[in-house]
Formats: sequence, C-alpha cells, structure tokens
Amino acid sequence: MQRDLVFSIQGLTKVYRMGEVEVHALRGVDLELWSGELIVLLGPSGSGKSTLLNIMGGLDVATGGRVVYRERELTRAGEAELTEYRRFHVGFVFQFYNLIPSLTAKENVAVVTEIAAKPMRPEDALSIVGLSERLDHFPAQLSGGEQQRVAIARAISKNPDVLLCDEPTGALDSETGIVVLEAIDRINRELGTTTAVITHNSDIAGMADRVVHLSNGHISEVISNPVKKTPRELHW
Amino acid sequence: MKALDKKLIRDLWTMRGQAFAIALVIASGVATFVLLVSTMDSLKLMRDSFYREYAFAEVFASLKRAPEGLKERIEDIPGVEQVETRVVADVRLEVSGFGEPVSAMLVSLPTDRPARLNRLHLRQGRLPDPEKTDEAVLSEAFAEAHGLRVGDAITAIIEGRMKEIRIAGIALSPEFILQVRPGALSPDYKRYAIVWMTRDAVEAAYDMDGAFNNVVASLSSGADPSRVITRLDELLARYGALGATTREDQVSHRYLTEEFKQLERSATIFPAIFIGVAAFLLNVVISRTVSTQREQIAALKAFGYGNLAIGLHYVKLISLVAFIGIAVGVVLGAWLGARLSGLYMGFYRFPYLLYELEPRVVLIASAVTGLAALAGTIFAVSRAAALPPAEALRPEPPSRYRQTLLDRLGFGRVLSQPSRMIFRNIERRPVKSLLSVIGISLAGAILIAGIFFGDAVDYLINVQFRLAQREDMRVTFTGPVSWQALYDLEGVEGIYRAEPARSVPARLRFKHRSFRTPVQGVSPENRLQDLLDVELDPVRVPPQGLVLTDYLGSILGAGPGDVVTIEVLEGAKPVVEVPVAMLVKQYIGVAAYMDIAELNRLAGEGRAVTGANLVIDRGLLPEIYDELSDMPKVAGTAVRTDEIRSFYETQAEFLLFFTFIATLLAATIAFGVVYNTARIALSERSRELASLRVLGYTRGEISYILLGELAVLTLASVPLGFLFGSGIAAYLATELGSELFRLPVVIELSTYSMSAAVVLGSAAVSGLIVRRRLDRLDLVEVLKARE
Repeated sequence: MQRDLVFSIQGLTKVYRMGEVEVHALRGVDLELWSGELIVLLGPSGSGKSTLLNIMGGLDVATGGRVVYRERELTRAGEAELTEYRRFHVGFVFQFYNLIPSLTAKENVAVVTEIAAKPMRPEDALSIVGLSERLDHFPAQLSGGEQQRVAIARAISKNPDVLLCDEPTGALDSETGIVVLEAIDRINRELGTTTAVITHNSDIAGMADRVVHLSNGHISEVISNPVKKTPRELHW
Repeated sequence: MKALDKKLIRDLWTMRGQAFAIALVIASGVATFVLLVSTMDSLKLMRDSFYREYAFAEVFASLKRAPEGLKERIEDIPGVEQVETRVVADVRLEVSGFGEPVSAMLVSLPTDRPARLNRLHLRQGRLPDPEKTDEAVLSEAFAEAHGLRVGDAITAIIEGRMKEIRIAGIALSPEFILQVRPGALSPDYKRYAIVWMTRDAVEAAYDMDGAFNNVVASLSSGADPSRVITRLDELLARYGALGATTREDQVSHRYLTEEFKQLERSATIFPAIFIGVAAFLLNVVISRTVSTQREQIAALKAFGYGNLAIGLHYVKLISLVAFIGIAVGVVLGAWLGARLSGLYMGFYRFPYLLYELEPRVVLIASAVTGLAALAGTIFAVSRAAALPPAEALRPEPPSRYRQTLLDRLGFGRVLSQPSRMIFRNIERRPVKSLLSVIGISLAGAILIAGIFFGDAVDYLINVQFRLAQREDMRVTFTGPVSWQALYDLEGVEGIYRAEPARSVPARLRFKHRSFRTPVQGVSPENRLQDLLDVELDPVRVPPQGLVLTDYLGSILGAGPGDVVTIEVLEGAKPVVEVPVAMLVKQYIGVAAYMDIAELNRLAGEGRAVTGANLVIDRGLLPEIYDELSDMPKVAGTAVRTDEIRSFYETQAEFLLFFTFIATLLAATIAFGVVYNTARIALSERSRELASLRVLGYTRGEISYILLGELAVLTLASVPLGFLFGSGIAAYLATELGSELFRLPVVIELSTYSMSAAVVLGSAAVSGLIVRRRLDRLDLVEVLKARE
C-alpha cells in the first residue's frame, strides 16, 4: 500500500505561561505520521503530549518549529485557516468527552455533520460506535463509556483525515475503556483514518503501529509494533 | 432546525428564570417608552387632526372695540388667509341647584353662516338658531360636570342683567381643548364654562352692533407669523388692542405643548435607566454562561466552528431574550398607552380618541434596546468567540481571593468564617458588586423619581395656597374699577376684609428678550398675600422698583439692579423703564409685582383695582354669592379651598396611574437584578456550598453565605437609591419646569420608605426563590460533576 506522509513535524517547541512561571511544554519535537497509521503517544502527565496533539489539531499554536499537514504548513496558518483545517480534516476526542449537555446524542453529532463537507449521517456514525439505540438520549442519561462513544461518533462523522484522541479512556474503567478503544481501532482499520491516541497507560500501546514516548517535552523513544494487538487482547 | 439552534433554545430554557427576569426589565423599559411616546404621538395626532378639521386659528388678538369694516383691511395683510371677527366677553352663569357662581367665556359665532375658523364639534344638539337670541352652545366638560343636556336652561348675567339661555347644543372646540380659566392652576369644569352664542345675540347684549373685540386669523402656508402680527398690531393699535399673539401664547395650546414636553423628557430618561440595567444584567448572565460553557465552546471550535459562528450563537441568545422583552414591552406599552390616552381624554377634550402606535416607535425601541443589549454583552461574546480552544479545554483557573479591607483593618477576627466569606466574595469582584449595587439602587431611584411628583405638588400647593395666598376668596372685576369697590365688598355681610389687587397687562423687555405677563400690584398693607424670598420667608413689596419671580428673572436674564422696560398694554399704553428691585420665589405661573400705588401711577390711572382678596365667613357663603351676583363689576370669584380641591381631583387619576406604573417597574428591576445576581452566585458557588454541606453546615448556614452577600448588596443599594432618586428627581424637576409651574425637589420620608420597601420586598422574594434551590442542592452530584 502506498503510504502518504500526513504530518511532518520538525523542531517543534511550545512555551506558555502559567501564572508566574514559564512552562516549556515542547522542547524540540520531530515526528512524521503516515496515512492510515495508528500511533500512541505515551508519557507521564506534563510530558507535552497534549500540547503536541493540540498543535497537530490546530487548537494551539507553536512557539517554534514547523508542523506540515500534507501540503499545508500549520505553523504559519492564521486563525481562519486553522478553523477551516479543523472543520474539514480533523476529528477530536477529548478525555472528558466535551459533549454539549443540552443536545441529544444524535444532535451532538449533527453539530459537526452540519458544517462538514462530506459527512456521514449522524445515525450511521452512532451505529459504528454501537449506539444506535441511544440516539435521543441526552449526555446526562448516558454512561461515561457511552458518552465517550458519542464523542468518537461525533469525531468520525465528518469522515476526517485524522482522528486525534486525548486520553479517550482516561475517565473510564477498563472494561468500558476497551469498548471505546475498539471503536477507535475499528475506524482506523475500516476507514483508514490516520489516528493518534494519547495515553499515560502503557498497556494501550499494544494496539498501535508505533508507540511514541514523550518525556519532559522531548520524544525519548519511538517503538514500532511488528504485530498489533486488538483492544480485546489488552488488559490493565 | 440546526443542532446549534436547538442548543440555544434548550440553554434558554435552562436559564429561563434569569432570561425571564431580564426580559421583564427590557419589557419595562420598552413599555415605558412605548407608553409615553405613543401617548404623546396620539395626543399630537388628535390635536393636529382636531386643529385641521375644525380650522383652528393661528393668530389671536383682543381689543376694546373696532368697527367691522376693519375686517377687510385685516384680510388684506399679506400672509393672512381667513379672518373671523368675534365678540368675546366674560360672563357669569347660574346653574340651578349649584349655589356657586360660575365664570364663563362667552364667544360669538357667525349668525348666518358656518364659522370659518375655530369651528365647533357638536356632541349633541345643533348650533344656535340665527332667529333666536336666547340659544347657546355649551362646552361639553361643563355640561357633563353639571349633567346639563340639550333643552335645559341656565341663567347668564350679562352686563348686570339676568338672561335666560336655552342649551341648543353641546360642543368641543379646538380653541378650548383644555378648558381652563386664564391664570388658574388646573381646569375646574364645575366653575368655568365656554358659551357660544350667535354674533347677533352677543352684539345686542353688549351693545357691540357692527363692532368686534376679538379677531382670529389663519395664515397662508409659508407666511411669517411675526410679520403678520406686526401689521395686525399696527392696524389694531388705536382700538385698544392688547397685542396679537400666535398659538404659542394661546392657553389651551400652551398647556398641550408643555404636556408634550414633559412626556418627551420622561420618555427619554426612564427607558434609558431600564435599558441600561438590562444591558448590565445581560452582561452578567452571558459572561457567566460563557464561562460555564467554555468546554463546549472549545469542542465546537475543535470541530471547526469559527469565531464568527460562536459569537453569533451567543448574539442569537441575547437577541432572543431582547426580542421577548421587546415584544412583551410593546404589547404592554400599547395597552397602557391606550389607557393613558383615555385618561387624558377626560382632561383634554378631543372629539374622539385616536390611539396610534406608530411603527417608528416600535422600531426605535427595538433598535435602541437591541443595540444596548449587544453593547452590554459585546465583551462577553467576543471573549467567547476569541477563547483559544486549547486553553478552553483546561478548566478555569481558581478564582483569586485575598484578604479584605475588613481583614486588613483587623475586623476579620470578629467575623465568623461564613461572614468572612461574604465579604471576601464582595471584595473579590468589586466592579461586579458595585454594578449590582448600582443596578438595585436604580430600582429605588425609579420609584422615587416616579412618585416624587406627588410630594412636590403637595409642597407647591402648600407654598402657593397657604404661604403666599391666604385669602378665603378672590374676586375679579370686569376691568379696572375705583377703590370704592373694595368698600362696597366690605359692606357685604359675611365679608370681613377686602384687600386690593391690581393686574396690568404688559410686555416686559430686557435687552433682546421679552415676556408678556400682567404686572400685579401689591399693597404693603396686604395681610392676605405675601411675596416670598428664596428661603420662602415673606418679604415686603418695595415702594419702588419691580419684583420678578425667579423664573421670570431667568427668562428675561434680568436680576436686581437691571432696568427692565414695561410696555403697558392697556389704557394709554405707556412705556416705562423700571429697575428690578428683587427676585422672589414662586412655583406657579410667571409674574411680576409692584407696589400698587406705584403701578397705578405708571399705568396712568388713579387708585384703580382689578380684583380683591377677601376674608369671609364661610358659613355665609350662599348669602355672599347672592350679594355678589348683584354687583355688575364682579366678573368672577374663586374660593381658595375649591381651587385646591379641584386641582387634586384633576391630578389624582394621573398620579395614581404613574405611581402604579413606577412601583411595578421598580419592583421588576429590583427583582431582576437581585434574582440574577443570586442565580449567578448560586451557579458559581454551588460546589463550594455543597462542600460545606458535606462538612456539616446546615442549609440555613449555607443560605446565609449566599443570601447574606445579597442582603449586604441590597442594603448598600438603598441609600444609594435615595441619592440617585433625588438626583433624577432634581433633573426631572428642572427639565419639566415650565411657565405654568416649576416642581420643587421635595421628597417626603414616605416616598423614601416606599422606595426602600419595594426594593427590599422584591429582593426578599427573589432571595426566597433562590433559597428553595439551595435547599434542593444535590451534594453528591455537585461534587462529582466536573466544573
């Protein structure tokens, strides 16, 4: 299979202020991501993995270095271009789901499909994550795992080129976590969506093509898995 | 419907209490605006169509007597269109069953053709028969007050002769939309009438065959009224004319104009307060909504919603609240406007009630409200729009607290923990706390400004009719008469004392300014009448020089020492220069005073009087009236207590209406501000309060922390409300002051108490509503949920 370069990241740095202190979140990161690939970003909290993901997703801007998504240099893009990039290319999954509490599961997905270029139907997206029976439930009526699966359905409903997941199982117990990871894995396999998953749980690393270890704002190690495990085979 | 719009509707439903409170404040502002402006528009519309359809004249002149032949020369004045000459006279009427004399103005109608100007709108009956000299048309307000109908008879005393008059019709005239006796404070429909009879009948009664003493004219479009007046004055000068005037000096027209001015001023200031408060409330609520929804905003942005889309989302939310407020306000305002216009119909006499809400009014109200709402929230909305998504994903940083002033001053130790929390929370957001205090205080201020009129009017009446004028009865003569008339009065049984009064029609000039008002002669021996200085202490009239009321002084720009020109408008019409001796305080009317002897000398007359102030035995009032009716020189009488009573009667309904509205609206604002402040505090601090409950605090104790803060803010707002209220009242008093009267800034304790009671009461109600929510606080849920 011909593999395209999706992300090319060079010398990426990020410094931000938190109150009185300067935090060096990224201190020169180089990384490449290929189409259809599933990578896991692994590292303790404060290692810079969320910052990296946010910059890749166009949610945050770098202090230095370059991030190129296909032909597009994100590090030079303005606000409007980043919005357009997020709208048409990226699907996000957050640790705390970030569903809109006043909208039902279907409507939470529709919020995205309404502005996307070639979306699937919200019902279809929800059926991929196994929530066909819960379309009209409000977030408060869903369990944590179900909420996260709505969030995944919302992320994939626009048929994104990349799926970025920030600790998608962080707030879930392991059994529910596996259901969520299965959904992510299935999308990666069936739709060929380039996927990056953040976790601080090294057991999840088994499902990745490559595992990128971050510590203290650097990539300390990149490991390729010759054989990927299915989420069912993971346990923690 | 788009998913984001569904979110909007459901968000709005979730915050319905707050949205409702804000919409109510907006509705109050819009309703006040619509009420006042539409009433003004309707009155103007009714006035203008009455003027147009019944050909109200534009120039008016009174004179002693001129031959009818002069009419053609008046018609030849360039710019004059229609001319109507008339005979007008003051008469006394007697209505059977009503013991008191009635003053009336008798106005002639053309005998054998319809009037060209000031036509009558007949309510009942017909115009007088040209063949009969005993038929008359009566003004409607007077006929109503006495229950008179077509066919009834009344008695007129014309030149000392009793004449039986039959009522042929009952009518309204554009000339007497407000039917008020010249110089009176308010209409007195029982004691003042307008009577129209044919010219032939009036000429015969007054010996005015082929002559007239009053002329009215209309102008062709584009004519310059002042040039017409100059030419008319030249023409009439030798016939004892008092000087022609435009509508501006016509009594009924002037009252209406003043009324419009008052409505217009009120229509600016009151709605402005409401809209300002609404904008502030929206700001607070939207700011809070944005901060509770920061993670939703982040998610939307992560999925590619742009700044504009996010901003618009909140703008829609605000617009929806504003729209509800505007819609309710317009409906309420129109409803109240129709009521108020109806109320005015009893006061101003128009042929029919035309209530009209012009689209312009709704448009202005909507535009101003919409803009204010957006301006108030622009900061919060742009903060939402500009929220960097990565940052929004992180929870809000903890609020910053510090030691309060009280802590630093060492009082902290005496406060309990909960009390300390109250004060730290207030000090943490000084601007917001201050704005809340200001918002609540405006509620109190609106109430004070809305109902202080009652206090001011009481005070004004007290000063005018108890301090300055202390006579039991005033008598006016048909013109200047000799001093002997006073002795005649004192000879009547029941009249103990008669003091002279003299009124000389004049125009006062100082530099380029001039003002037309009678100069009143005052005797230094008068005991029933006093001039009052600025401290309201009585001052004696100086033997020489002119005394101006402070308002007249400011109109002329003249003060003590300035030499004012007096153009006397009667008799030989001398023009004299007199220095201003002093200024005196007077709330009603515009007047100038002089020593009576000095005034008579200037006017070139002997010891003349034009009226008398009497002390009487009230028990003998019927007998006194009886005697006075036999005195042909007596043109009219006024009993002081009747004047006061009739003033209050005409004002009572209006005062009640405005008090009701002011109270309602003030309560709305107080409720809106307190409720919103409480709900926001609750949403910001429910976690903290639930934690305290888990730690063992009772419901009462946590309510104290939350509601205690509101109580402190509300209490702090009360004195501030007094301050703002008296400020707005002072502003209104200045703005609404007119030649008719000036409002003193007098606010009674009862008004302050009422303001405080309404504010505290509304605050208590909203506090109770929030308290119910506090009682239902779900401890586990609150602690589990992530902010």
